[in-house]
Amino acid sequence: MEAYLSLFIRSIFIENLALSFFLGMCTFLAVSKKVETAIGLGLAVVVVQVITVPANNLIYHFLLREGALAWAGLPEVDLSFLGLLTYIGVIAAMVQILEMTLDKYFPALYHALGIFLPLITVNCAILGGSLFMVERSYTFGQSVVFGVGSGIGWALAIVALAGIREKLKYSDVPDGLQGLGITFITVGLMSMAFMAFSGIQL
Amino acid sequence: MSSSQRKILLSPVVDNNPITLQVLGICSALAVTTQLSTSVVMCLAVTAVLAASNVSVSLIRNHMPTNIRMIVQMVIIASLVIVVDQLLKAYAYDISKKLSVFVGLIITNCIVMGRTEAFASSNKPWPSLLDGIGHGLGYSAILLAVAVVRELFGSGKLFGHEIFPLVTDGGWYNPNGLMLLAPSAFFLIGLIIWGVRAWKPAQVEKREYQIKVVHRTEAI
Repeated sequence: MEAYLSLFIRSIFIENLALSFFLGMCTFLAVSKKVETAIGLGLAVVVVQVITVPANNLIYHFLLREGALAWAGLPEVDLSFLGLLTYIGVIAAMVQILEMTLDKYFPALYHALGIFLPLITVNCAILGGSLFMVERSYTFGQSVVFGVGSGIGWALAIVALAGIREKLKYSDVPDGLQGLGITFITVGLMSMAFMAFSGIQL
Repeated sequence: MSSSQRKILLSPVVDNNPITLQVLGICSALAVTTQLSTSVVMCLAVTAVLAASNVSVSLIRNHMPTNIRMIVQMVIIASLVIVVDQLLKAYAYDISKKLSVFVGLIITNCIVMGRTEAFASSNKPWPSLLDGIGHGLGYSAILLAVAVVRELFGSGKLFGHEIFPLVTDGGWYNPNGLMLLAPSAFFLIGLIIWGVRAWKPAQVEKREYQIKVVHRTEAI
């Protein structure tokens, strides 16, 4: 249990996907002008991350890993080179299914998240989460915790950045730094602040 | 090569740079730049995938049903990235280990998707190839600039060769540890954007909120 808690805290604060691994930067910078939209996108990322990381974990352990097909009588087959193609396929399919389910059963939520869902397929944070899960060989339980934690961490970072940018637009920034430039500097300062969490052990 | 083709090839390097102007492909640009050698490999990989995916999408552009084109493009890109990943694992294993997940993340690198969607799906193969290489060059220019600064000031080396002798080895240079950490990449790209926009004022973004200057005589 303690190990899970430690992983949870680590994936939110210390190994924050956006601020220390630079994942999902394109949407991070593009959709962080308003707090409301940032919250919507953040929620959508958490939901998709929670579903896809464990799903890819199961696929990796029972289909792709070297020797994973032993249950089908093919112990020497190694399909791990197909990993990238499979994960992105799973992510695209999950996003599509999620979109249709939300549209049918939760129309209010669909309207809130709707426009952000297609964006998520090409968000590196989602694919990055699955790839980190494989590289660090998480178990199923760990992958669920990592999915929740990394999703929340990313959402936290984008909401915080949106909060800063809402205030920042009233400030007098030099012409060349206007817009993208000052956003980069801001994210750099935020990432420095998040570094204060490094070294925390539970 | 005609002038329009040269324009397709060279305009993404400064005038229409994918990173500083179009805000595409930033994720990997920041993460692999602590060392020059990893950045060079990453640049080559991205340029190769961009050029190859642009040509493949352009070749089948007239046979692709529009409503499934995203999935088709995604599959083409993913297959190319798998080839690159396997090649790196076979011939440059150490670097492939250092790049870890970032080779795989070329799939979701917005430059690749963006160029196949915006350019290759409506242009002939030859211009698409040039466009792919051009955007690869623009991406590489920023990546290498950041990597040189980070490796040189962070560890006093370039490509692993000593340039500034470090204090710890009896030299004079005290390395700047911040350069090896995440925040420095953000600052450097921010400063590069500032530099490029000071040089090319046409790229400056408009203010969202203009402070109105009221002239003194007008107020009275």
